[in-house]
Amino acid sequence: MPAFFMSGSRAGRHPANLRAAVNPSPLPFGTRIWFAWACFFRALFDGQFAARVWAVREAPALPPAASAPAEVAPSPTAHDHPRTAPVSSDPTPALQLLALLQREGRFVDFLQQDIASFPDAEIGIAARVVHEGCRKALRSHAELVPVRTEAEGARLTVPAGFRADEIKLVGDVKGHAPYSGVLRHRGWRAKTLHLPQIVGEHDSYVLAPAEVELG
Amino acid sequence: MSARFAVGIDLGTTNCALAVAPIDPANGAEGADRTDARPRVFAIPQLVASGQVEARPLLPSFLYFAHESDGPQALPWNAERRFAVGEHARSRGVDAPSRVVSSAKSWLSHPTIDRRAGILPLSAPEDVEKISPVEVSWRYLEHLSEAFDAAYGGGDNALAQQDVVITVPASFDASARELTVEAALAAGIENLTLLEEPQAALYAWTEALGDAWRRQVRPGDVVLVVDVGGGTTDFSAIAAVEKDGALDLVRVAVGDHILLGGDNMDLALSHVVRQKLEADGKSIDRFQQASLVHASRVAKERLFEDPHLASAPIAVASRGAALLGGMLRAELTQEDLARILVDGFFPNVPADARPVAARRGALTQLGLPYASDPAVTRHLASFLGRQANALATLGLAPETPGRLLHPTALLFNGGVTKAAGLRARLVATLDGWLASDGAPPVRVLAGGDADFAVARGACVYGLVRRGKGIRIRGGTARAYYVGIESAVPAVPGIAPPVTAMCVAPFGMEEGTEAHLPAHEVGVVVGEPATFRFFGSTVRREDAAGAVLEDWGPGELEELAPVEVTLPAEGRREGDVVPVHLRSRVTEVGTLLLEAEPRTPLHADEHWRVELSVRGGASA
Repeated sequence: MPAFFMSGSRAGRHPANLRAAVNPSPLPFGTRIWFAWACFFRALFDGQFAARVWAVREAPALPPAASAPAEVAPSPTAHDHPRTAPVSSDPTPALQLLALLQREGRFVDFLQQDIASFPDAEIGIAARVVHEGCRKALRSHAELVPVRTEAEGARLTVPAGFRADEIKLVGDVKGHAPYSGVLRHRGWRAKTLHLPQIVGEHDSYVLAPAEVELG
Repeated sequence: MSARFAVGIDLGTTNCALAVAPIDPANGAEGADRTDARPRVFAIPQLVASGQVEARPLLPSFLYFAHESDGPQALPWNAERRFAVGEHARSRGVDAPSRVVSSAKSWLSHPTIDRRAGILPLSAPEDVEKISPVEVSWRYLEHLSEAFDAAYGGGDNALAQQDVVITVPASFDASARELTVEAALAAGIENLTLLEEPQAALYAWTEALGDAWRRQVRPGDVVLVVDVGGGTTDFSAIAAVEKDGALDLVRVAVGDHILLGGDNMDLALSHVVRQKLEADGKSIDRFQQASLVHASRVAKERLFEDPHLASAPIAVASRGAALLGGMLRAELTQEDLARILVDGFFPNVPADARPVAARRGALTQLGLPYASDPAVTRHLASFLGRQANALATLGLAPETPGRLLHPTALLFNGGVTKAAGLRARLVATLDGWLASDGAPPVRVLAGGDADFAVARGACVYGLVRRGKGIRIRGGTARAYYVGIESAVPAVPGIAPPVTAMCVAPFGMEEGTEAHLPAHEVGVVVGEPATFRFFGSTVRREDAAGAVLEDWGPGELEELAPVEVTLPAEGRREGDVVPVHLRSRVTEVGTLLLEAEPRTPLHADEHWRVELSVRGGASA
């Protein structure tokens, strides 16, 4: 689980030459898979990063000279600019999200408990509590929409220049765009995410305080 | 400085909300939405957990007194605060209930306690300095005000500079209204008007429909507003009449203050589920009980949403970190829902049914006068029966008066009325009464917004007051009387008979004044003179100064006493000074009583009569 939130620390492994690319050639597929994954979480938790990517998406035709080359990628297919410097990712939003899911839906309790010895019926009951609470928490803090609106199982054509973080080609991957295939998973996109503002001296690493009942 | 925004505040028993609209959209202030002049619900920043602030549309009406171990309840605009208002306070109500104030609004309208005295939280530990119901409301308004200023930048955009409308239940009497104003003034809100919640709901409905609402409400219509919120049930009747060729809306009747709402219903459901669990040999602690109420509410909403669903599961976790192993599971069925909520709270009763008056039912809690009869329909039957003649003064009454007031349209408001099953039962019951009285069924006015209509409607009213739209008239919802004890020889064990003198007639409009002819009362200089005080929602004919020797059962309701103290300046202490009483309804919407000496020492000498002075009993 924690690995989900460690995109920042993986930055060091990311090829450094990518961020300097002004006139990029397409990335290798494996890199793109990794990158799509990293971008998802970084966009989710790093508002500034998300804003920069958003700007790239909104202004694809902007000439590189119009702003710092490292900040604006020249084409929408090249999402290769984010690491302008080694980033020390702030884990606070991730910790907040865990705390939120724990508070509203006992998420951490559920994942931390060894459920192997419990019958399915009991796990099902617990799942209801976790599902109901976490779903409510998620819905009130994030707007999640499918990446593709077609029904799963539908045939669709993926045109040239598609965004690798939005669409992952699977199966017999070969040839050139446009690709024709069957939608297997609609994907998810977080349209918005609002996390609580932290005030006072709050230790975000405490996901849930210990509770001591007096009296 | 003129206001930039109209602000509507729903100061609710269980939740507060705030809606805002620019007064002059073309000339909108910074931060205002220039294109949209419609009321918008303001997301209120609040502590949602320790150290976590989030903006939410509803501010739960709970106040938590932090313990020294909690540290400051920091807000973005105040790092040192020692108490919290809102979501965090509500959740602390489960963990540390003795430090949390809830339902302050019900205390604010409690006639027999001193509402300015520090009594809340009732069972507070010693380190908590208890505060008064007025101060609790003040703290909620203060939070809203600070949150608004933090978002809109203060200065000319500060809430204190805006036209603020605060809603109160239609059933709030003169003193509860005045105490609400007192709380608002303490919170720095001076440019203020009160509005009755059911009226606000109707304003919001007209705003939501645009001009189309005029096709749904025509002259001759009587709109019944049924407002069942978290803690209270409130009824009002608003008549549409034609005046000078234009449609005029007049609020003709309001119901009694009924402490009965969705919270009672969720509690009742949770009791049933609890019984099921206990029948299985399970026991439930306090923490689980709170989760159970919550889970019951969720299951209820699911069942009401989908009537084909036979049952909804309820699961409650144990408190510890081990989720599995201690889970409690039960089912809530449609049958439970029908039996407990539909039949329990909305029974199909005849039109002459009346609430059972027995005190202290199963749903009571120390101190608050909760309704002893949980049947909303019986309270409604009582309201319509008592108000059978409400239209007489408007000339709208049917030729042969029925046994009850005949509404022609029905507007629902409040969270409980989101449940289609409950709405349907209420409509069916009401239509049955109307049919038995030879009247046509009601039309349900669709398009209400159960959660935010009151705040939005209050905001709309702020604009209406500036001439943007139709205004509901109505004046005071009660006639008010001062009790005068007759001068008869005292008889041990028998209270001297009391006559009631009308000091403010029914329907007295804002900004008007009533002088009371002839009758004088003598007040001793330097000593507080206390008078019994009464209100009536049914006696429409009594003019100011009218004296009642006796009255029908239930016609007059005793309110908290009123009090006047004549200062000794210029008079000898102990002298008896004959005074006239006069009353005025302020632009804010409160009743002002004044005592005027028959022989004033200087022009316009008068003293204020204090409403809502300390009641006889304490909580």
